Amino acid sequence: MTERDEIIAIANRLRWEVGGNFHDSLMESLYKEAGEIVKKTVKKKDEHFAFSLDRKIDKIVTNKWTGFPIMFLLLALVFWITVQGANYPSELLSGLLVGDLYNFLRSAFVSLNMPNWITGLLIDGGYLAMAWVISVMLPPMAIFFPLFTLLEDFGYLPRVAFNMDSLFRKVGAHGKQALTMSMGFGCNAAGVVATRIIDSPRERLIAIITNNFSLCNGRWPTQILIATIFIGGLVPAHLAGLVSAGAVVGIAILGIAFSLVTSWFLSKTILKGEASTFNLELPPYRPPRILQTLYTSFIDRTLIVLWRAVVFAFPAGLVIWSIANIQINNVSLADHFINLTDPFAMIVGLNGIILLAYIVAIPANEIVIPTILMLTVTHFGLNSVGGGAGVMFEADSLDLTRQILEAGGWTVLTGINLMLFSLLHNPCSTTLYTIYKETGSWKWTLISALMPIAMGFTVTFLVTQLWLLF
Amino acid sequence: MSKVLAECENCPVHNTGNLIKLGIDMSDFDYVIALAGNPNTGKSTVFNALTGLHQHTGNWPGKTVTRAEGGFEFNGRKYKIVDLPGTYSLLSISTDEEVARNFILFGQPDVTVIVVDATRLERNLNLVLQVFEITDRVVVCLNLMDEAERNGIEIDVRTLSKELGVPVVPTVAREKKGIPELLRYIDEVATGKYKCKPRRIKKRDKKLQEAIEVLKYKLNNVFPNLPNSEWVALRLLEGDREIIKAVKSGEIGKILSPETTSMNKEAFRSGVD
Repeated sequence: MTERDEIIAIANRLRWEVGGNFHDSLMESLYKEAGEIVKKTVKKKDEHFAFSLDRKIDKIVTNKWTGFPIMFLLLALVFWITVQGANYPSELLSGLLVGDLYNFLRSAFVSLNMPNWITGLLIDGGYLAMAWVISVMLPPMAIFFPLFTLLEDFGYLPRVAFNMDSLFRKVGAHGKQALTMSMGFGCNAAGVVATRIIDSPRERLIAIITNNFSLCNGRWPTQILIATIFIGGLVPAHLAGLVSAGAVVGIAILGIAFSLVTSWFLSKTILKGEASTFNLELPPYRPPRILQTLYTSFIDRTLIVLWRAVVFAFPAGLVIWSIANIQINNVSLADHFINLTDPFAMIVGLNGIILLAYIVAIPANEIVIPTILMLTVTHFGLNSVGGGAGVMFEADSLDLTRQILEAGGWTVLTGINLMLFSLLHNPCSTTLYTIYKETGSWKWTLISALMPIAMGFTVTFLVTQLWLLF
Repeated sequence: MSKVLAECENCPVHNTGNLIKLGIDMSDFDYVIALAGNPNTGKSTVFNALTGLHQHTGNWPGKTVTRAEGGFEFNGRKYKIVDLPGTYSLLSISTDEEVARNFILFGQPDVTVIVVDATRLERNLNLVLQVFEITDRVVVCLNLMDEAERNGIEIDVRTLSKELGVPVVPTVAREKKGIPELLRYIDEVATGKYKCKPRRIKKRDKKLQEAIEVLKYKLNNVFPNLPNSEWVALRLLEGDREIIKAVKSGEIGKILSPETTSMNKEAFRSGVD
């Protein structure tokens, strides 16, 4: 036996001699010392005075009856402001980037006598995809993220967790999952990393797998855009903003419901076990510093997410242009795929273009809508709004986006199903990679990828069949 | 609080001028600072105030689950600063708490800054006292002083510092109040100008203390340079798996020996998590 092993052996023997409860007595003496120090150094003017306002607010926002309605109202308010505010800057940006600058670049390339395929690939593919992403994504992000960050800095998120805690425990998950879920509302990859705050591996896996049901940065704008066009379009103009915001909140709540149901299912089947207890500390409310919040949320969230979208959009644009222009038997690759998958996609109330867009957009959900628009234009030869094959066109308002989608055969049902499928499909490649890194297991990564897709197709199938019945 | 700060504007200690913010460039550095504390006490805000970085902060516990690193320069010395995940205790271990403990224990920072919530001092002191068991060189950053004031809580900072045996600096990190003083104390403790005498828990069970002495003696024989053998002994008695592993492999001697060159320290640090 080495000296080192001997030390361990002695420690093991002594542990029995000392008895098991010295951990407790150690903690006790820690508390005692801390108490003594505080007695000597801290004076409280009035016990009741401390945190009285916080308690009053907490009584309302964590109340059994008012807690959830307030939560939903706050979310709805945030979306309503986003929907109302994003339209005009969106038009401005797309007029500039997809319109003027695109035309300028294209004519510059043509006048330089560039081969057609280079102009097509770089300008009609890569550049236009980026321009699209910026004009579609930037305005809602620039409004939504600061608002969400303000709520976060104010201290509201832990209250959400507090409200949700009992629900999560009832389904056999960890109460802290409410927090990681909230993180997921920003970015699922970040939400997956945040599950490190959950100690039990079983509960952590549940939190990781279900994080995808939190709508993320990449998906909010899709939801907001489609809701504005298809749901908001169902009601008179003055109600449109409110109703669209309500629809997005509905999808978010549906996501939470799926999160709970899936957690319950997992904890009853492959991840059996009891929920563990924990302490959740409600931090004091802090008046958010508006300017700093605006600055950091713009730098931390808006620019980073936008950068990611742009970085992924360029190669995606190349891919889209290529599959729209490389032909086999006089039919482009994209059309082959779309024609092949259309019959199946119709059963679930989507179309082949949407399925193809979701494959192209695996690296980043942000580019789903631009890809759909680009593919719709080329597939249906809507050349009046754009150039040749694979060219994204000048869409300078929501109306034009609507016209393109309707020309592509979209109905309210397609809109609803797209919103549902945007909620229920595989996580983006960044999140999947993070899941693999955190779990170290291909099995759980695969389950995290395939389960939501299966759920997405099931749900859209049921919705479509019910819709067609009535 | 505000009066103290006003006076500081005029005294030579106020050194924000020679604080050169380095961002994340830290190819060479003289000292390593660890930033520890309970969840949601504003560690990341203090980190940002010290480094000029913009780590995202959030008003909820558990925001930082991994380490963030940055650097700053003060009085011509280069500091690397590591923001650790918030932890209530070093004794019960979850993944995020382990990151914090391993860093303080194995990374052997030159100074450990513990950010404590002035409005919840008693509970926060628990962690402070536990860190005292591992390392001497501690500066306590008494943050959220504005909230304490708003809630009618008065803290006798001098007595607190005397009781703890380490510098205690009141701050409002959000408004960068008290950061110059914090920098000065970090510098003094790092350079050894300020000698910390942290308060250690005295009253221990007699049997336990005897067991600790036996193990301490053995540990000191095998690892003569172990700076905190008492703490290691205690952890062995509790059956802490990480520590048992480190003792078995002999790694604990290498890691904790003061002769370890800073390069080796660095190599180990990057392997900690």
